[in-house]
Amino acid sequence: MPAEIGTMLVTRAFGDEANKNITSYEEKGGYKIARQAMAMTPDQIVEQVKASNLRGRGGAGFPTGLKWSFVPKGAEDVHLVVNCDESEPGTCKDRELVYWDPHLLLEGMIIAAHALGAVHNYIYIRGEMMKEYGVLVKAVEEAYARGYLGERAMGTGNRPCHITVHRGAGAYICGEETALLNSLEGLRGQPRLKPPFPAIKGLFGRPTVVNNVETLMNVPFIIDKGGQWFADLGVGRSGGTRTVCVSGHVERPGVYELPMTITFRQLIDEICGGVWKGRKVKGLIPGGTSMPPLDASELDVPVEFDALMTDERIRPVEIAAGVPFDMGGGRQLRTMAGSGGIVVFDDQTDVVKLCSRIMGFYHHESCGQCTPCREGTGWLDKICKRLAAGKGKEGDVELLGQIANGIAGNTICALGEAAAWPMLGFLTKFRSDFESRCTIKKGAAA
Amino acid sequence: MSLKFSDEATSKLEVLYGRYPSKQPVILAALHLAQKEFGDLRDEVIELVGSTLDLSVAHVYGVATFYTMFRRQSGGTNTLRVCTNVACMLRGGYEVLRSFESKLGLKVGESNADFSLVEEECIAACANAPAVVCGTKYFLDVTPEMVSEIVDYLKANPHPESEVA
Ligand SMILES: Cc1cc2nc3c(=O)[nH]c(=O)nc-3n(C[C@H](O)[C@H](O)[C@H](O)COP(=O)(O)O)c2cc1C
Ligand code: SF4
Ligand code: FES
Repeated sequence: MPAEIGTMLVTRAFGDEANKNITSYEEKGGYKIARQAMAMTPDQIVEQVKASNLRGRGGAGFPTGLKWSFVPKGAEDVHLVVNCDESEPGTCKDRELVYWDPHLLLEGMIIAAHALGAVHNYIYIRGEMMKEYGVLVKAVEEAYARGYLGERAMGTGNRPCHITVHRGAGAYICGEETALLNSLEGLRGQPRLKPPFPAIKGLFGRPTVVNNVETLMNVPFIIDKGGQWFADLGVGRSGGTRTVCVSGHVERPGVYELPMTITFRQLIDEICGGVWKGRKVKGLIPGGTSMPPLDASELDVPVEFDALMTDERIRPVEIAAGVPFDMGGGRQLRTMAGSGGIVVFDDQTDVVKLCSRIMGFYHHESCGQCTPCREGTGWLDKICKRLAAGKGKEGDVELLGQIANGIAGNTICALGEAAAWPMLGFLTKFRSDFESRCTIKKGAAA
Repeated sequence: MSLKFSDEATSKLEVLYGRYPSKQPVILAALHLAQKEFGDLRDEVIELVGSTLDLSVAHVYGVATFYTMFRRQSGGTNTLRVCTNVACMLRGGYEVLRSFESKLGLKVGESNADFSLVEEECIAACANAPAVVCGTKYFLDVTPEMVSEIVDYLKANPHPESEVA
């Protein structure tokens, strides 16, 4: 049975200020599951996580158990790194999750570290999250004081487990896992070429697993109730619930943990009280600004990972009118669930301006290593700005499509796609809005 | 006279060295601490961080200039980070930013003794847009009408970013 509305795992402590305190967390059974997990073998834990169909909540939706199984058997000096850099526009769940339930994250980390044989583990938290940094540092200190962390973690006698909270200093790109690892190593936060993948050669050259905050916070529930139970809460190949962040033009924006089966329409109308000011939806961004938008005719699709990639009610993204974008091997791009950041915009929204703001962001955040990304995001930004100002030239829409297509697939990290996909998506879904801005004839003085 | 870290900062760094295989990963923490103690990361401060962590000045400079929270020149006590990214923009983030500019008499990027005004990218508070953060303090669902009150509050209760370094 898929989860019902009201099923709360990772968000169960929202609003409960006392829960941050380790005593209060323990009174509710906290750290008991980590203790149970110590009696399991690493393989048994990985098997449960595989069976649970838990998928990464950081953006790509990669199966977590599978990711863990890529770490070579018996490897030493493995690291677990938590990605708490949350900065994908529209996403505001991890900040809330660590603020309300820091010990749940630590408990998930202790279990994961046991499964991976990881000793030195890090939480990379975005530099601007100062309040949440304080909460995490205190929680880690409490966990050390109780003996859950340390040389003999969980009182096991011989199993060390350390967690260090590592503060960033302002750079969106450090959310990309290899940039994050470079930043953790004390370098400029620039992405690395893959392969090698972090599971083979990651932090300090050692096998490393990078997981999102929400991903790891689900792990204690899986160990407690079993992988099958978690899988059954979800649908298809996506287990558990989904924590979405709804912002923009709805009556009740918020962070909501919901069944994977919920559709965007239900989400807007039933959970968020409808569109504000009695208006209608023009479209929405389904999973952070790097994902192609949906228009008002595509809202009956559930928020689940696979549905957003394959549901035929979502029109595939095009490079030019009628020319589908090829993700490789003829695969079409519809959209993706991404980071769970859903930004709703109403029928009075200037989508060109909205898209222009997004392109400005990716241009600003490009680390500059790859020419297609560094130059391409700059061109997209510049052209979108002139369209937004009503000074678009004939042919600009085609040019935007060509530039975006030239970036996608040709860069070191996925920031290139993060700019190219929404650009192509906005052009596909709202083409006439862009065309109506291209009024200046070719060759005419601007 | 050459600069020195305070004893408190030095002992914080000592603890951190034990958490990593070398001193290099401590650089962000050291830069945060240095900015707290010296107000900015001018050349002498970069040199101090380099000599403390056994890193070249070029390395420290390269890192310090990559991250937006580090500043090479002193700014105001409070760093007001006003988000204008999509969720905030859709609910009036730019109006809030303009309102801060006129209330403070500062343009984006400028500082006076009390405030530095920064146009920020998404600060993960999108469900309460427009959002503003200053140190450990968030201001949520901000309207231009609230700006005066926020400025007065922060003047009376400063929230410098160095609070948590
Ligand atoms: C440009 C860029 C920014 C990213 N930012 C974040 C982020 O802020 N938080 C996050 O968890 N993942 C982010 N990711 C995804 C990570 O690279 C990585 O896939 C994720 O942390 C893995 O964890 P998961 O498997 O648990 O989702 C980003 C990816 C890219 C390409
Ligand atoms: S794609 Fe962009 S952000 Fe990623 S490595 Fe290349 S230049 Fe840097
Ligand atoms: S867009 Fe402003 S906080 Fe996210």
